[in-house]
Amino acid sequence: MKFVDEFRDPKLIRQAAQEIRRLARPDRHYRLMEVCGGHTHAIYRFGLEDILPDNIELVHGPGCPVCVLPMGRVDDGLSLATKQGVILAAFGDMMRVPGRTGSPLEHKARGADIRMVYSPLDALKLARENPDREVVFFAIGFETTAPSTALTLRAARQLGVRNFSVFCNHVTIIPAIRAILDSPDMRVEAFIGPGHVSTVIGCRAYEFICRDYGKPLVTSGFEPLDVLQSIVMILRQLEEGSARVENQYARVVPWEGNLPALKAMAEVFELRPFFEWRGLGFISQSALRIREEYADWDAERRFSMPGVRVTDPKAAQCGEVLKGVLKPHQCKLFGRECTPEHPVGALMVSSEGACAAYYNYALRKNSTVAV
Amino acid sequence: MCLAIPGRIVEFVPAEPHLAVVEVGKVRRRVNVDLLRADGLALDDWVLIHVGFAMVKIGVAEADEQMRLLALLGEDKQALDELEGYRFE
Repeated sequence: MKFVDEFRDPKLIRQAAQEIRRLARPDRHYRLMEVCGGHTHAIYRFGLEDILPDNIELVHGPGCPVCVLPMGRVDDGLSLATKQGVILAAFGDMMRVPGRTGSPLEHKARGADIRMVYSPLDALKLARENPDREVVFFAIGFETTAPSTALTLRAARQLGVRNFSVFCNHVTIIPAIRAILDSPDMRVEAFIGPGHVSTVIGCRAYEFICRDYGKPLVTSGFEPLDVLQSIVMILRQLEEGSARVENQYARVVPWEGNLPALKAMAEVFELRPFFEWRGLGFISQSALRIREEYADWDAERRFSMPGVRVTDPKAAQCGEVLKGVLKPHQCKLFGRECTPEHPVGALMVSSEGACAAYYNYALRKNSTVAV
Repeated sequence: MCLAIPGRIVEFVPAEPHLAVVEVGKVRRRVNVDLLRADGLALDDWVLIHVGFAMVKIGVAEADEQMRLLALLGEDKQALDELEGYRFE
């Protein structure tokens, strides 16, 4: 527990760690999934797995939008960038995600006009500044990000910006959690619920997990103490034999979520019948597409795209890692062909991907220990 | 893009009620506050900002905590880069 002293409230952290040890029954193995990539990053960065007893295993969930985007969608987006007159605008996180013929950054180096933006509104501004060009925003993200795209589309329509469109890859977290719960090779006893997604969707959306599957979920903050307290809350529920949604992050997450954000999403988007998730396969009603009323701003309607399904490189085991069946270092490519500098799979690209987090923190620490 | 950046509201833009100027460290930028207008935002309120949009109102203690967390995660510089990078004024 040598890292503990660097954190805020080291005394409370020690107490939480002791409480976890008291509550975790030695004859039981606990598999808890942290849904959100932000938690995965924090858990590895702070070495929280070292604080936990061996029989508490953290399984890293699908809550990293870059990581779950299948390669075919990356290729579809990149196909737009090669069209005459098109500027493709994307978040920085997307720039290094490998497509079949290279990442957006590599395509940019080869001459495609791809711009990094920090906000969908920046992409809209690009369109207004370049009226003779077509600007397409490569939209990714869960419910935290989707309202921003919705409001940007609303603004584009109000302002009558006709040379702007969105390639929509927004996904929704609830169907992914349901798919994990229904998956035969997945045994998770409880969930550490997402923090920022929950500021939008609230806590009520998770109630089915408790009601229909009998598993607790605790929405959690990102500080070490938050994550440990959430684990204490989960273990207490498991000890009592109860399953309910609790909100450890109530200082930020309102129970009902953000109603204007939900309303904006409902106005602009509708559910796709199905969408492919990297590693999880096709999940019904798990992603958003742009409604008919906004069809003029929908890149998928305005441009033809290959729409080809691309399988991951055979040796890469991103799917197994995403489902928690394998730990990152158990993949054959981990740390050899696939590194943060040269990622083969998307889990190695984002700091919130389990493989990059493991590579950057756990591996480094392990190698230090070995020396 | 998954960063949540704490910012203090220092100015409203009367002609554009969906915008407000926030301050993070020494950086000031306009962000969109449409999602929180129903909450009745006031000067000196703290908000968490995500991709140019204020997402949720927070207290000053939570803002300090979030900034500290970003520093611990090695993402504080990235957060300021993002804020400085907003171009949609």
